Amino acid sequence: MNLLTLHSSLETYLVLAACLFAIGLYGFVRRRTLIGMLIAGEIIFASASLNVMAFNRFLAPDASNGTIFVLFIMGLAAAEVAIALSIIIAVYRNYRSIKTRDLSELKG
Amino acid sequence: MKPFLGFDYVVAAIFFLFAATLLTGSVIAVRSSRIIHSVCGLAIGSVGLAGLYYFLNSPFLALMEILIYIGAVCITVIFAIMLSETDEVGEADLVGSKPNASVSDSPFPLAVEPVEKPSRLLQAGALLVSTLVFAGLSFVGLQNTWGTPTGRVGADSVEEVGKALLTTHSLSFELISVVLLLAIVGSLVLARLGRTHA
Repeated sequence: MNLLTLHSSLETYLVLAACLFAIGLYGFVRRRTLIGMLIAGEIIFASASLNVMAFNRFLAPDASNGTIFVLFIMGLAAAEVAIALSIIIAVYRNYRSIKTRDLSELKG
Repeated sequence: MKPFLGFDYVVAAIFFLFAATLLTGSVIAVRSSRIIHSVCGLAIGSVGLAGLYYFLNSPFLALMEILIYIGAVCITVIFAIMLSETDEVGEADLVGSKPNASVSDSPFPLAVEPVEKPSRLLQAGALLVSTLVFAGLSFVGLQNTWGTPTGRVGADSVEEVGKALLTTHSLSFELISVVLLLAIVGSLVLARLGRTHA
């Protein structure tokens, strides 16, 4: 393994993406507030995008497919963030808290 | 054929800098107890990820990463924090302040609401699970022998991306614009629910 050519091998990016996914998973389990969990989810999205781009760069025959796929992931992530944040604001208005422990009430 | 002496070292150093930025930012994003710090961690990590996209032959995507994640997502999250911040501060800060007292007393009302730290068992469990996932994914990635493509069609340029968006992927392109429109309208409706004039 040569440190100088590490940036042009697929395995480096796969390990980086795996590390990123693990960090996101750790945050998702550990966080106690909705916004913290949302940020951890964004990190998981980023790891998926990095994986797709790495495979696209080194293995895919068509070069532009991976870029478009990652652009769609980014668009969906942005839509998800907008919806989730408005839900969080609505929840905060009702409960005066966004801790997941406090949100234990069901209506119905 | 190298532009100057030591070119490889500079490239490798920049790559490691971006990778370290990505990992450091992500660790800050999940570890810090103040939510505003973890948004900053997400922004730092996005810079690193944009650098890695550049190394993966896609400067367009690097630009989009910075535009969308730092310019849009982080700013929106910061707005939501200013509207409803709850920090995960430690138990030392919990002493002498009731959970709801600070909400009305503080001049920046929602900034300091103490909450108990996650228990040690939960932290250890989260660390264990994520380490196992990392080990498993890395093992699969490293022990597999990935083939090489026989040939590549098309260059990874913005022109190719634009053409493919309007020909091959036009249906998904239209669908995602509908999704984004629905997200705008839906978030407006959701955030407005329950608001009164009082």
